[in-house]
Amino acid sequence: MPGLRASLSLSAIIIAAALWAAPSRTAQGVAAWEQVYSVLTSPRCINCHTATNYPQQGDDRHRHVANVVRGPEGKGVPGLNCAGCHQETNADSTGVPGGHNWHLAPLEMRWQDINDRPLSSAAVCRQLTDRSRNHNLDGPGLLKHHEEEPLVKWAWNPGLKPDGTARTLPPLTHEQFIAATRRWVEAGTPCPTGK
Amino acid sequence: MEVNRRGFLRVSFAAAGGLVVSLYLDRTAPAQEVGMPRQPAKVYPPDAFVNIRPDGMITIQVNRLEFGQGVQTALPMVLADEMDADWNNVIGELAPAADVYKDPLFGIQIVGGSGSIAHSYQQYRELGAKTRAMLVAAAADRWKTTPDKCRTEAGVVHGPSGQSATYAELAGEAARKPVPATVRLKNPSEFRLVGKRVKRLDSRPKCDGSLKFGLDLDLPGMKVALVAHPPVFGGRVKKVNDGEARRVEGVREIFEIPLAKGSGVAVVADKYWPAKQARSLLNIEWDLSGVEAADSTELWTRYKQLGQTPGNVAGARGDQNALEKVAAGNRIVAEYEFPFLAHSPMEPLNTTVRFDGDRAEVWAGSQFQTVDQMAVAEVLGLKPEQVTFHTEMAGGGFGRRAVTDSHVQREASEIAKRLKGTPVKLVWSREDDVRGGYYRPMHFHRVEIGVGADGFPVAWNHVIVGQSLLMGTPFESMLVKNGVDETATEGTADTLYNITNMHVSVHHPKVNVPVLWWRSVGHTHNAFVMETLIDELATRAKMDPIAYRRKLLKPDAKKPLSTLDLLDKQTAAWRSRLPKGHALGISCHESFGTGVACAVDVSIENKRPKIHRAVLAVDCGVAVNPLTIESQFQAGVGFGLTQLMAKGAITLKNGIVEQRNFDGYVPPYIVDAPVAVDVHIVPSAEAPTGCGEPPVPVISPAVVNALARLTGKRYRSLPLVSIV
Amino acid sequence: MATFQLTVNGQRREVNVDPSTPLLWVLREDLKMTGTKFGCGISACGACTVHVGGVATRSCIVPISHLGDRPIITIEGISNDAVGRAVQDAWVDQDVVQCGYCQSGQIMSAVALLKSTSRPTDQNIEESMGGNLCRCGTYPRIRAAIKSAAAQINKGGA
Repeated sequence: MPGLRASLSLSAIIIAAALWAAPSRTAQGVAAWEQVYSVLTSPRCINCHTATNYPQQGDDRHRHVANVVRGPEGKGVPGLNCAGCHQETNADSTGVPGGHNWHLAPLEMRWQDINDRPLSSAAVCRQLTDRSRNHNLDGPGLLKHHEEEPLVKWAWNPGLKPDGTARTLPPLTHEQFIAATRRWVEAGTPCPTGK
Repeated sequence: MEVNRRGFLRVSFAAAGGLVVSLYLDRTAPAQEVGMPRQPAKVYPPDAFVNIRPDGMITIQVNRLEFGQGVQTALPMVLADEMDADWNNVIGELAPAADVYKDPLFGIQIVGGSGSIAHSYQQYRELGAKTRAMLVAAAADRWKTTPDKCRTEAGVVHGPSGQSATYAELAGEAARKPVPATVRLKNPSEFRLVGKRVKRLDSRPKCDGSLKFGLDLDLPGMKVALVAHPPVFGGRVKKVNDGEARRVEGVREIFEIPLAKGSGVAVVADKYWPAKQARSLLNIEWDLSGVEAADSTELWTRYKQLGQTPGNVAGARGDQNALEKVAAGNRIVAEYEFPFLAHSPMEPLNTTVRFDGDRAEVWAGSQFQTVDQMAVAEVLGLKPEQVTFHTEMAGGGFGRRAVTDSHVQREASEIAKRLKGTPVKLVWSREDDVRGGYYRPMHFHRVEIGVGADGFPVAWNHVIVGQSLLMGTPFESMLVKNGVDETATEGTADTLYNITNMHVSVHHPKVNVPVLWWRSVGHTHNAFVMETLIDELATRAKMDPIAYRRKLLKPDAKKPLSTLDLLDKQTAAWRSRLPKGHALGISCHESFGTGVACAVDVSIENKRPKIHRAVLAVDCGVAVNPLTIESQFQAGVGFGLTQLMAKGAITLKNGIVEQRNFDGYVPPYIVDAPVAVDVHIVPSAEAPTGCGEPPVPVISPAVVNALARLTGKRYRSLPLVSIV
Repeated sequence: MATFQLTVNGQRREVNVDPSTPLLWVLREDLKMTGTKFGCGISACGACTVHVGGVATRSCIVPISHLGDRPIITIEGISNDAVGRAVQDAWVDQDVVQCGYCQSGQIMSAVALLKSTSRPTDQNIEESMGGNLCRCGTYPRIRAAIKSAAAQINKGGA
């Protein structure tokens, strides 16, 4: 019967189209993630997402001056407190960055190994989407964090270095970063495969 | 008295004993507490060491800079003991520049060579004893009795029939007594202070912020100056664009000044911060033509090449062909590299000068008052006696404040010259300090040792390459002979190890980097080479490192042997029972007349050496103040570890220093220093020798010897960048 | 130039300075309080340590404009605090200082540690004092003095 054959063909085409679109959505999501990852592992962000008991500084990500340490809450120790030097806003005349509640990201949010090497894109993605480790943030929660958290936004207003020159910015603008995050979240926060 | 090994001016104490002591009765000066800011109006008579005030306080002039070593306590202590003064009433003051305060042996006013106690112990004893004698003579007169019937105690003279008078009461009459030519000094058993652990006089004011260092000076109308130095040593100013700089509020003047080499631009402002901001806004074009651009990489290549052949002979004994007779398999060939080091005392360099046309006044924490005073006078067109030179308390020095060209004082004077009548405080920022030269020179060593069948060296050929500190300076004739600057070879050519066939020679390349003595000078690198090689030999011979050294030392190496004995005893309980992952490191070295043996307990933590404990045995002759000595050695090893820090090197690239501040040149912090340091002093009645520098040479080789046992590696290139 | 009101060691002070001026230089040159020291200017050495709002702070890198009305305590005022007094007494009793230039900062850091941790371990000491540089090397005696001060404080001596 010609009508049944036609609807079977149409169904086949529709199913094929659906199967074709699904990997495309994931691929786009992963591509968006790679953009997010490029920002997370840039110095302005990764310097405080360490696996060690110290932060890093500079574009060469060397160990922070004066032996400052993480402390029990990532805020330093009584004699060497992050907030002791890092004020609410950047101190451009002395080259010290500042932001509200300056502190190290918790170890659950480390994006490096103990040898200060950035973790792989897949590893960081898995961490970021693990709700037992990411303060129970879902996709929209992560997006909001990227949009509003002062220390995140600081990365795009990092102030001047002691020599008077500007600190380098992440590879995307904040708007681009948010857009990429949104695409990734809307794609279901897919992660690349691999280690 | 024994002549210093370095062969400085030989002065007998008959001549030095001619120092006049005068008791200066000060009725008008206000009471002055230790550590209070010194009033600029105070006048120092040139021949006063002891001032007994009407209120009973006794100020004692210290002929040395106090920059941490404790001399402001130790020398007054010596004098006060012989004088039987009440120690609670003693104030130590830093004497200004004057002939009478010159070091009796060196002939200039100086802190250096670890000579403060060694050279002035006898001097201050005599001053104290003479002062006492005059007080007693005055009392005896008063009571119509004889001095031998009187006794003294804690600032009081007691007569034979119950009479008593305080030193303050007697001071006026005593001042009129003749200064005795000779006096009896105390028998050591009579000492009340000497030999005791006497606490520092300057502790409290250094703990409550009241003590003023040179940098803290504040005078009416004072200005602050910073100098823009050329990026390459010796560069000259070609063009200055100072428009933006002048617009900084508080800036007063900007002008070019000559430097010791080349020229720079001075910025004078009301305060430090505007001066600093203005300086950073200067746009200077530098003329670097004809100026050598020193480069560390190029220097290493050059030094290594020079090190392959002998240079000027520093010492040669025995069979000069001994090495050739040793088979290659029984030789050790070792090459060592030592980088430039900055002293970086905590208090940045500074000098304040006021030029009044026919006289000048200077305030500086100077280790070199005589030389600096002459330099200031020269720049200002004055005679030295027209320059009043105050010695300020200094925040560390380590040799950095004793510079033969007085470059900091010259800079300050050049600026003061332009601002007649205005006191100008010249400040070197930390960047200026780290980048400003006058470093411990870079050195390369090549040593070839022939090892005998018994494991002991039968030949030792040693070539050293490094800039001369003293060639081209007024000190050249004293310490440079036959093309050999002794400050580069000390500890090798004159080693106390019994090495029969030895040849030590040195090359002194000329490099456009100003260099200077860095606490313990040549011993910094020479002791490292000697003590690591000796340790390697001991390991090779399967001998205990203490036993090996004992056997190799010359029988008359009294101090090294006594310290090894004491060290052996003090470490016997633990040194062969270290926990897993720990290792023992031993070193032994004599410098500036003091013998030191060192044992360390080291493990590796976070890829760095962790020094759990250091034990030091010290032979410094009579221990004048055992507490000072303990502090000097505990802290001195912490300073010595600068050499091992991962970022403990100054490097140059195309003439420009690559480090900027303590972020690029990183000295030891608390985590890098030994957790505990035990100091044991060999009991002795011999003349006291120095403790300022002797702690420094022993620590780095001891630690590295321990590391070698942990990792099996040899560490011959400093700083220690990677260990595992 | 702008006018700033400060509370330093319990006293109200007023200064008229460039807002970018670090607190260190305001203390030293405008208020003539030279107990707080200049060592490096890049917060690497700790010689400039004061307490701002009760937090150990490196005054060389905090511009006066960033202070707000947080109270400032310097070495000149720390003896008004029982823990401060105990630390200074321990420093003198244990003969800690050599040149002394770093010790204002060392003491201020030690006080911050002891006010928060009255029985500091070796690790606590190394971490809190870890950024205070002493070129003379008085570290072993600093450790001993902190322990001695802690003993005093816990005995009720502070």
